[in-house]
Amino acid sequence: MYDVDKIRQDFPILKELVNGKPLVYLDSAATSQKPNQVIDVVSDFYKKFNANVARGLHKLGEEATRQYEEVRFKTKDFINAKNEKEILFVKNTTEAANLIMFGWGMKNIKEGDKIVTTIMEHHSNFVPWQQLAKMKKARFEVIDIDEQGKLKENELDKIKGAKFVAVTAVSNVLGTVNDVKKICKLCRDTGAVSFVDGAQSVPSMKTDVRDIGCDFFAFSGHKMLAPFGTGVLYGKEEILESMDPFLYGSEMIRKVTVDEATWNDLPHRFEAGTPIVAETIGLGAAIDYLRKIGMDNIKRHKEEITAYALKRLAEMKGIKIIGPKNAGERGGLVAFELEKVHPHDIAAILDDSGIAIRSGHHCAMPLHLRLNIPASSRASFHLYTKKEEIDALVKGLEKVKMIFGA
Amino acid sequence: MSDKELYQEFIIELYKNPLNFGTIENAEFKAEMYNPTCGDRVVIYLKVKDNKVVDAKHDGKGCAISQASASLFTEYIKGKTVEEVLKLGKNDILGLIKIDLSKNPTRIRCALLPLDALKKALKNE
Repeated sequence: MYDVDKIRQDFPILKELVNGKPLVYLDSAATSQKPNQVIDVVSDFYKKFNANVARGLHKLGEEATRQYEEVRFKTKDFINAKNEKEILFVKNTTEAANLIMFGWGMKNIKEGDKIVTTIMEHHSNFVPWQQLAKMKKARFEVIDIDEQGKLKENELDKIKGAKFVAVTAVSNVLGTVNDVKKICKLCRDTGAVSFVDGAQSVPSMKTDVRDIGCDFFAFSGHKMLAPFGTGVLYGKEEILESMDPFLYGSEMIRKVTVDEATWNDLPHRFEAGTPIVAETIGLGAAIDYLRKIGMDNIKRHKEEITAYALKRLAEMKGIKIIGPKNAGERGGLVAFELEKVHPHDIAAILDDSGIAIRSGHHCAMPLHLRLNIPASSRASFHLYTKKEEIDALVKGLEKVKMIFGA
Repeated sequence: MSDKELYQEFIIELYKNPLNFGTIENAEFKAEMYNPTCGDRVVIYLKVKDNKVVDAKHDGKGCAISQASASLFTEYIKGKTVEEVLKLGKNDILGLIKIDLSKNPTRIRCALLPLDALKKALKNE
């Protein structure tokens, strides 16, 4: 039995008051809240184990290294990678995309090659490829969406003949869950290298990179209960082996002379500098926490909350929901428009009632241009979201309508 | 800040029925400004004769604060010389909207968007 009240006990921030009102946090797609189990592990590390990793031969250094490297194995199991060499620690999904662009793209994309992405991407999975195409004089093609906010079936033909394809698993605005397994199959059939942005999917559902069949997959820790500054890039071992380093110095070096340098083995070759140690150990604690609750249970809970939000919002006059109408085809978020009221004003008025939502273009300007709207409002959910919070959102939106006479 | 203070009636009224909303053909000065955090867009048009602003209009899409600010601002600068307009700063525009945004730094950017657009227009000549 999924006990949301019990889960909420683990998240100290959910007891906070905002503007004198209990916090209703509906912005988990931007970043999730963190449970005590994660916060304590980070604080314990600084109190008991703090030392740099992969350097010190002293006891603390060894213990820090052991705890840090253990997370690599946990992550490998969490997403079902083949081995720990395929797990690179990065700051976030954005850095992961840039690592691919500089490490793989600059070396492999040539003039006239085709790069494909979709119109629903976050800027972080759009701009690197747009710019790579410009630098290399490659073709840049974008898969369009249909009226429901799903990728157009016939536009998937664009993948044919592509050298590289980047696609999100779950849209951070439409909520659409893409069939990335099918897309990666199309990529393999045509010999394209595939990258799946899992920033919104990993916190919401079970991830199996080998089942998806992608070459690269990335996600951010902070959206899945882990601290800021933690993220993962998965890459197939043979592709990572063939890539050039992206950042130079420290951990990624094997040997340096005045004239030359050689590189460390995977995964360290791509992890220059002192890593984000305590927070990455916090990522390990977050994975433990998510696995204890169960990704399938979390998925079911988020779907239930999303279905309830879709139903309550659809009942409101003047609300237009963006993206698929069926919660089963969505990640845990709902973006919407309220007739005649700008999203910024909606968010400001809700904030006064302690309700946190996101307003703006959510780093997806090409999508908003495509939808022909300047901005939207977005409520997003997590394993701790309660139905009562959706009721509070609806009540808050009624107040917005009243103030604006909408 | 409570939304009662932020969303005073005159702000909502200006949002629904903005002053000087529209475009000016053959405007001497024109510029467009985006607020990257929310996608707001303001375009300012100025008609200048004998160094004086004889007409000002604004166009675009934005939140209540940026729209009210654009309405009040375009109204305020009519009849002023170009030099006078260029001297206007943050406090002048915040004085026009008459609401305290000191605790809402992100909303100050909304209020200042028309001023930024205007300065850009006059510098583009």
